[in-house]
Amino acid sequence: MKAAGLFLLFAGFAIVTSAFVLLSPAAPRGLFVAAGIATQILGLFLTFRAHYTPSEGH
Amino acid sequence: MQLQPATLTETGTAICALCIFLVPLAAAGLALVNTGFGRSRSAAHSILSATCVFATAALVYLAIGFSVQGYVGAPAHVLSAGGRQWSVLGAGRWMMRGLVFNGSSLSLVACLQLFSVGIAALIPLGSGADRWKLGPSCASAALLAGITYPVFAHWVWGGGFLAQLGPLASCGSGVLDAGGASVIHCVGGLTALAMVWILGPRHGKYEASGMAIPGHNIVMVGFGCALMMVGWLGLDAAGALLFAGAGVSSLPLIAANNVIASSASIITALIVTRVRYTKPDASICANGFVIGLVSISAACSVVSPVEAAAIGLVAGLMVPFSVEWLDRFGFDDPSGAISVFAVGGLWGVFAAGAFVQGRPGQWMAQTATIAALLGFVLPLTYCLNLLLNRFYPQRISKDLERQGLDMSELGAGAYPELTQVTKDYLYR
Repeated sequence: MKAAGLFLLFAGFAIVTSAFVLLSPAAPRGLFVAAGIATQILGLFLTFRAHYTPSEGH
Repeated sequence: MQLQPATLTETGTAICALCIFLVPLAAAGLALVNTGFGRSRSAAHSILSATCVFATAALVYLAIGFSVQGYVGAPAHVLSAGGRQWSVLGAGRWMMRGLVFNGSSLSLVACLQLFSVGIAALIPLGSGADRWKLGPSCASAALLAGITYPVFAHWVWGGGFLAQLGPLASCGSGVLDAGGASVIHCVGGLTALAMVWILGPRHGKYEASGMAIPGHNIVMVGFGCALMMVGWLGLDAAGALLFAGAGVSSLPLIAANNVIASSASIITALIVTRVRYTKPDASICANGFVIGLVSISAACSVVSPVEAAAIGLVAGLMVPFSVEWLDRFGFDDPSGAISVFAVGGLWGVFAAGAFVQGRPGQWMAQTATIAALLGFVLPLTYCLNLLLNRFYPQRISKDLERQGLDMSELGAGAYPELTQVTKDYLYR
């Protein structure tokens, strides 16, 4: 689950970066940025959820 | 429109150099804070680790980091996309070859970076307190100073694609980060988060019979905070002169903003802890003081003192909840570095976009920076340290942890007159 979360974090970054690099300033970049950040929030939730149960197995 | 390197007058150069010479005080303060928040049985180890990590970071940055980071106007690896050239990585010479330390802006940048990378490397030490071995912590610092930090610093301060968002994508003036809220504090804070994931909690922390493990010397923490304040003034002032195009005339504003933001932050943290726990919590208040400094770093030279107070107030509101929430989720972070540096740094980067005036689209550049921190820096630093952990285990064994890192790794404690060496060591 942590790996999936980290992947989502990266995917969100890719979406945001693509919005700036590929779209012109006149395009609705805000929409892409919002989508990218939402993806990252989901990724953060997954990574934190994966850590939620602390164990003494270390 | 091309990005231009900073040009300083002779007076500006002298003042900038003086500010840079204050920066090691921030590192010293951070080392004291980390040590004070740890257990007494690991205090000597903590302060030695801080020194060694700082030294390792500086040497690796000299060897590799500076060439990867590059600087505005220097050769860089570029990527063509959307009909534009985006700088993604510096292409300088290793070992700082060709760089002359003659008081030029570039030599000042190199000098400041040698200190800043050390500060970034010190941040995760507090989170790994009482369980992170000396050798692996230095190896982790080498990864940070050689890869994570310089790559991201190139994007923000070295004319990389986040800085180019201004001229190439009409996002304000590109990313605004005068004092290193993203480059130094977020990179360090997110590495702290990765290390907490990898190291796991201290034994006894989350057991059924577990208890809170308070720091062993809050006075040391308080003195560390005071030192950090002085170091921060130098860090933010030098950063603003070199990376944000600020003039010497803006230095009083930078100093005022630092004091106001940290004051608003600590008072807010004090009130919140007083209301929630009936008495103020000294350790969270200390964290509140530092998060104020962290959160104002990005915008220290462009916001008014009232806006700085608002930024500090929100930061002070965030820190008690963040510390408590992370603890509830099983993140054993003795120094609160994740809350202070990662959360505070992210808020600082966002606040810079929200409060700066006269730069349309600036918030987009700041949002892109936050996305890069969460989507690039965090996965990268986690994967690098996880890989390191495979070959060079970072965590000390349970028995040695119970004994304390001082005795197990150094053979002597920080407080010999208080140490009782018996066969059985008990949890505090």
